[in-house]
Amino acid sequence: MLELVPLIPALPIAGFAITALIGRRLGKRASVIPVLAVIAAWAISMAVVYAVLTHQEPFGEAGATIALWQWIPAGAFHVDIAFHVDALTAALLIVVTTIGMLVHIYSIGYMSHDPGYWRFFAYLNLFMFSMLLLVLADNFLVVFVAWELVGLCSYLLIGFWYRRRSAALAAKKAFIVNRVGDVGFALGIMLIWSQLGTLNIGEVIERIGELDSVVVSLIALLIFAGAVGKSAQFPLHVWLPDAMEGPTPVSALIHAATMVNAGVYLVARTGAIFAHAPEVMVVVVAVGIFTAILAASIAFTQTDIKRVLAYSTLSQLGYMFAALGVGAYTAAIFHLMTHGFFKGLLFLGSGSVIHAVHEEQDMRRMGGLAKKIPITYATMAIGAIAISGIPPLAGFFSKDEILAESFKNGFLWVWAIGLLVAGMTAFYMFRLIGLTFWGGFRGPREIWDRVHESPAVMTIPLILLAIPSLFIGLAIGFPPENGLLHGWLEPIFHEARELLHLEHHEYQVFGIDGALLVASVAIAVIGIVIALRLFGVEFPGLRGQARPEAVQRLSARLPFPYRASLNKWWFDELYDLLFIRIGGRIAAFLWWFDRVVVDGTVNGVGVLTTDAGRGLRRVQTGRVQNYALGIAIGLIVMAGSYLVIAGR
Amino acid sequence: MSNSLDAYLVLSGILFSIGTFGFLARRNAISMLMSIELMLNAVNLAIIAFGSFVESLQADSSVIALLVIAVAAAEATVGLAIVIAIYRNRRTPLVDEYDTMRQ
Repeated sequence: MLELVPLIPALPIAGFAITALIGRRLGKRASVIPVLAVIAAWAISMAVVYAVLTHQEPFGEAGATIALWQWIPAGAFHVDIAFHVDALTAALLIVVTTIGMLVHIYSIGYMSHDPGYWRFFAYLNLFMFSMLLLVLADNFLVVFVAWELVGLCSYLLIGFWYRRRSAALAAKKAFIVNRVGDVGFALGIMLIWSQLGTLNIGEVIERIGELDSVVVSLIALLIFAGAVGKSAQFPLHVWLPDAMEGPTPVSALIHAATMVNAGVYLVARTGAIFAHAPEVMVVVVAVGIFTAILAASIAFTQTDIKRVLAYSTLSQLGYMFAALGVGAYTAAIFHLMTHGFFKGLLFLGSGSVIHAVHEEQDMRRMGGLAKKIPITYATMAIGAIAISGIPPLAGFFSKDEILAESFKNGFLWVWAIGLLVAGMTAFYMFRLIGLTFWGGFRGPREIWDRVHESPAVMTIPLILLAIPSLFIGLAIGFPPENGLLHGWLEPIFHEARELLHLEHHEYQVFGIDGALLVASVAIAVIGIVIALRLFGVEFPGLRGQARPEAVQRLSARLPFPYRASLNKWWFDELYDLLFIRIGGRIAAFLWWFDRVVVDGTVNGVGVLTTDAGRGLRRVQTGRVQNYALGIAIGLIVMAGSYLVIAGR
Repeated sequence: MSNSLDAYLVLSGILFSIGTFGFLARRNAISMLMSIELMLNAVNLAIIAFGSFVESLQADSSVIALLVIAVAAAEATVGLAIVIAIYRNRRTPLVDEYDTMRQ
């Protein structure tokens, strides 16, 4: 079974190579090889995951490593290409390969009219390879390489329609903002190497206790900087909403379900390092929960359907970081999994909506689509209920667990903000559903007449994603804090939790846990009810009119929060001021300094030399007798001075 | 024949100075070559004078003098050949017009 593991990333990279080389000539058949490669990788992954999670040989409890070759042998230091598979890897493999496969299938339909068909599938396969390498690698340097590769794929796919200026700019923005975090990650890796002389993740975690606590904190902070960039947390969150310029399957796969989770995965994987630096854990919590509430507040007023989902992704990722920070590692990975499924579903659903209304993304020109595209509507409604945290759907279990753990681990403020965010999430998700699917159509008449359900190749992935969105929480997370997933992941995070002195409490249905559960369901219901009152509802047996005038009154009464939310709290403007204007001024000054002072010095030396040469050139008359006179005078001077000195 | 070394050295110095002056002052290449000959012979005179007045230098001085004469002969040959070659190119024996090195 272990020998099959290298095949998981090898199949997509082979698919990428073949498609990149001959894809152009295959036309519409270009998708066959990439899709088959990913389906095969999925099948192998599932077999491996099953073996890992049932503790079969050779995986056992701790997982197993397969070394392929030595990549960089340099004396005692060496970097190996080796894959480590344990329960955490398995959890990520489930999400990455399942959603990856469904997105590939969905793209056959979604991208069918695009001239860059083969290019799209080549990039997708390259992304799958990079992401799988990222979760499988057992070495920080290999992780870093994969980290950069997924960033590259993200850049290529955001800018897939590179003729559109906004897409090209968004791709550049994503790449540059990610660079900021990646510098931190790279410095962290260098620091680890300089302190421990190894980059093997297992060895580093084993020996991290030897180091000075300040150094450990610095390492944790630098790794976290990388995670903040990749997972789009405050203050590097600005790239993710703009990344929605890419094709919708890309938004679903990369910018909702997989790549943006890489930061969460990294922090969970190095959980023991963070556990040695409790003060950094507080930073993680603060950044996470702040991003959660910030993004949720922005999602309130956005009108682009994909942007609402993008801010929702930011918010949910913030949840995961908050969970990691309070030591609820299992809950974080749990939420990563459930969120991957329902957010992937919501994004693919939004793609189906956009497809149906002819590339319209503005929800103000949608409405009433439930009647025309029932499958998309039903699956997206499931996704919305799941993310809102209504039992027994997936999001309820993971979100409740995060909130309960932060409460029980003593982070009351995190719990309070998290609860508020849960209510906000329910509100903006049902605002999205209401604006898109209920009421009357607000777009042009001729588009309404041509609205049609997407082909089966797109709806089947939606249905297949709706199933885990419905049941995965129940399947692996029930009973709470004692489900299957906890059994799988507990041994991995055991050490970190012990370092943090977190004890496993008995779950009390009729005690604290039951109360927290009721609170989180109640707030979700409140959020949904407010949304339904404002934006209407058309559930069977439950009808309500949308009240746009009430929405307007409300936004007029709260002008500042409304404008702040609409303008994304002016972060883009702030960064424009800080880095483009002020940073530009500083750069201009430095350029001037470089030109005038540095170049001036260098050029001055040059001018001095040439001028001196020009002056001295007069000595070289070319006349033999002048030279001879020089020799004679020199001789006389030398002889004379010898005589004078010898005469003393 | 004076019995004083100084007299020979003074004569040698006068001849050398005349040669030097000629070399520096005359513009004609042939005259300059002749001035070199004069300097070489002035040196030869000094060497021979040292040889006959200083016991330990007797044998060496003759050898050195012969060597200088040989060098002088070779130098005159090569020098004249060069002067003739330049003269054929530039149609002038005056050295201050040989200024190609300047450009």
